[in-house]
Amino acid sequence: MDALLQFLFSGLTVGAVYALVALGFTIIYNASDVVNFAQGEFVMLGGMITVFAFEAGLPLPLAALLAILATSAIGVGLNKLAIEPARGAPVVSLIIITIGASIVIRGATQLIFDKQLHRFPSFSGDDPIHVLGATILPQSLWVIGGALAVFVGLWVFFTRTLTGKAVLATANNRVAAQLVGINTGWVMTLSFGLSAAIGAFAGVLVTPITLVGYDVGVALALKGFAAAMLGGMGNPKGALVGGLLLGCFEALTAGYLSSQYKEAVAFIVILGVLFVMPQGLFGRKSTERV
Amino acid sequence: MMSKTTTALATLAALGALSGAAQAEIRLGVSVSATGPAAFLGDPEAKTIEMLVEQLNEAGGINGEEIALTLYDDGGDPNKARTFATRLVEDDEVVAILGGSTTGTTMSILSVAEDEGIPFISLAGAISIVDPVRANVFKTPHTDRMACEKIFTDMQAQGITKIGMISGTDGFGASMQAQCKEVAGDHGIEILADETYGPQDADMTPQLTRIRNTDGVQAVLNPGFGQGPAIVTRNVAQLGFEIPLYQSHGVASDAFIELAGAEAAEGLRLPGTALLIADKLAEDDPQYKVVTAYTEAYKAKYDQDVSTFGGYAHDAFALIVDAITRAGDSEDPQAIRDALEATSGLVGTTGTYSFSPEDHLGLDLSAFRMLEIKDGDWLPVE
Amino acid sequence: MTGRNKWISLGVLALLIALLPLFFPSGYYYRVGALIFVNALSVVGLVILIGYAGQISLGHAGFAGIGAYACALAPEHLGLHPALAVLLGAVISGVMAALIGKPILRLKGYYLAVATLGFGILVSMVLTNERALTGGPDGMNVADLGLRSLLRDMGWRLSGGEFWYMICGVVLLVGAWLALNLFDSPSGRAMRALHGSEVAAATVGVDVPRQKLRAFVISAVYASVAGSLLALQNGYITPDVAGFMHSVEMVTMAVLGGVGSVLGATFGAAILTLLPQVLTVFAEYEQLVLGLVMVLVMIFLPQGLLPSIARRLKGRDE
Repeated sequence: MDALLQFLFSGLTVGAVYALVALGFTIIYNASDVVNFAQGEFVMLGGMITVFAFEAGLPLPLAALLAILATSAIGVGLNKLAIEPARGAPVVSLIIITIGASIVIRGATQLIFDKQLHRFPSFSGDDPIHVLGATILPQSLWVIGGALAVFVGLWVFFTRTLTGKAVLATANNRVAAQLVGINTGWVMTLSFGLSAAIGAFAGVLVTPITLVGYDVGVALALKGFAAAMLGGMGNPKGALVGGLLLGCFEALTAGYLSSQYKEAVAFIVILGVLFVMPQGLFGRKSTERV
Repeated sequence: MMSKTTTALATLAALGALSGAAQAEIRLGVSVSATGPAAFLGDPEAKTIEMLVEQLNEAGGINGEEIALTLYDDGGDPNKARTFATRLVEDDEVVAILGGSTTGTTMSILSVAEDEGIPFISLAGAISIVDPVRANVFKTPHTDRMACEKIFTDMQAQGITKIGMISGTDGFGASMQAQCKEVAGDHGIEILADETYGPQDADMTPQLTRIRNTDGVQAVLNPGFGQGPAIVTRNVAQLGFEIPLYQSHGVASDAFIELAGAEAAEGLRLPGTALLIADKLAEDDPQYKVVTAYTEAYKAKYDQDVSTFGGYAHDAFALIVDAITRAGDSEDPQAIRDALEATSGLVGTTGTYSFSPEDHLGLDLSAFRMLEIKDGDWLPVE
Repeated sequence: MTGRNKWISLGVLALLIALLPLFFPSGYYYRVGALIFVNALSVVGLVILIGYAGQISLGHAGFAGIGAYACALAPEHLGLHPALAVLLGAVISGVMAALIGKPILRLKGYYLAVATLGFGILVSMVLTNERALTGGPDGMNVADLGLRSLLRDMGWRLSGGEFWYMICGVVLLVGAWLALNLFDSPSGRAMRALHGSEVAAATVGVDVPRQKLRAFVISAVYASVAGSLLALQNGYITPDVAGFMHSVEMVTMAVLGGVGSVLGATFGAAILTLLPQVLTVFAEYEQLVLGLVMVLVMIFLPQGLLPSIARRLKGRDE
């Protein structure tokens, strides 16, 4: 029993990381139908910039804020320089553009910073909290809490605010959105900035647990992408549930079956879900028109 | 048709840009994994060799000839490594190759070196690189098997006979995992639990919980490099293990203690080289001079701590410089190879090398030192 | 594309393959050439999948992995000749593609991307984890094809580089010829129809799932044969061949060159194979420049390099 709880704690921690990445995917996808494979690099940047600002003498909260703002600016830059000029390109071109952008960001990071692994202290110490024979680190609670907070924030944003509805309207039909007076260019800028900020926020939260280096983004982007597709692309609820489910699948497989094939099981589950529900768990249905 | 001609011309222009061999005296080729998943190995290796070449040339080179270094980054991709090896031999016309950060890239470079008769010193761990012995292939790191034996010997001395293993699925971790399983029986060690984790995994508590819940486990061994072992060490502390944790030489670097946290890493043991305890070596220790010179120069130039892997590159470079000096002819790969094979008693950071026609590794177990982390620092266990 | 165009494309390709060696200053260029041909072969397969049928795959390196490891394993364990192992790998890849393609190809866009991605990751995971069989992440040796020594006995001495340059060049020509034939066949036309609109294609009687599956299986076989050639040429193979980045690389080559045409695919393969070799002069800036090239080409030449260049030369603006 304590073993099961330990596996779930692990799964929720890792799953919350995936969920944070997946939530970042959601915003950009909602605004532009683009899946941004550079999303993992935002997480990496959040961690790396915080590390170097912190080591340069800034207090941790300030370093984190700086990292989130800087990454957000990079996200806006990515939109202006790479995504907007390629508007209307087919899916496969957009995948290559965002993967190309992620290579650029990685290449620049290893030049500006370094290729070493880094870490900064946990927010609330490293003493594990004991629950019914299992343990969880305070930092894990920060990560899980962070994922929930971002989810709630996005949900409120998309359903309760005019700007959020404008984002959804843009995704739904760009031309119609423009006709009713929505500044779709601004919506795109906002989405990339917000998404990058969320990614960097995730990086700040997880670095004390997972460590950060210039190349941690690729794996995160893949897992976050898988989580988002599992939940159904474009839906914050899907991103959260997809991320947490993926994390728990991995942890439970590692705990009960085989640690070698834990990722395999996760992907098999995703494939299985997509066969039954081609739009993911919470995805919107779409019909093709001629 | 016009466009087709342009295509051909563009291709030719691109190909032309590839050539341009250096004109300096001694042409030395290097292919390491300075980026990619094995950058943890290749980055310090590349930096070390660049630094040493610079030092040597400033000091007047070998017998008055400077070294012209051609260094390629294969990104850990064996296919690229083979292309670069071909390029080094055919186009850059080097007289010797150092590199091959991983076993995969080494095996790719190795066949080129063998075909063309160019001496090659590998920086990878697998025993299959020098067993069977190939005429032109040497290597500087201990084999993973030797690391396992060193660890198991220490366990035996502690009365430990039943252990759990948790290994990374990267090349380093998987290779050591396999070799440890092979030699465990020779040391009366029984492996009761055998878990793995992916190189980018964020949390290993499920695997460690399994090990903890296995009856009779007296110690945990974690072969791996990169962030994995640091996370394992933290998770072990989180779960409150009361049994000792052994790491591998893959994490032997001061940076590891920082990443894992001194508190979590307290009491952890691993087989390391003299590099980690440079400041604690006796002045009459045979490795004292070479180890302090390297660690101080590296720290001064790059503001980073040395690692075992950079040490492998250091030793490979020392070996090839020594061989070229003795060969007398810096143009003849065959003479350099012969001189390399005759290396005797060369003191490196990893150990003391003596090659022979039957032994192209030339290290013994005594090169490894068992180290323990005490108060955030490495201490030799005796 | 008319029949005349087909022969022009093939002729240009054949001429390039035959004449380029005249300009090679060293044996290293044969190696690069052979790599270009191998990459081009798998990319021609993707042209059929992406360019003809309009589907996407981020997991084709998985098929390359199957082809490569078939060549490594079958001679050792089944005593099969390496040349037959290439065929075995192709058959296994084809069957696998047929099995997984049936459910997967119902998905669209990013969902198809993640499903194929999952397949590729599964293959590379098996290759990495089944150490006893595959040697794990360290990889394994691949038996020699034996053809070069046979030629030597017949009095034709070739260096390893020259030999593989020829073999890969010839296989690429055959692959290109088959792909061009497919383009003009009824099946090829059906594929291109569903590329435009699946609903429209279905209304005029195209068996959409069947044509998609056909494109998927054919492209898988191309990737598999390319993987086999790579393994045989290198004499050593690691699971990297099935890795995600290899899949991305293949798709990028296809799109970069111009995904609609066989010649474009070859061009894309050539560019992306040459780039890392040329970029070594940038040392640590290599990654940065590589990423920039990918982004810039996609933005400014969205049709791919070859079609955009061709159009510019013809002075026509569509």
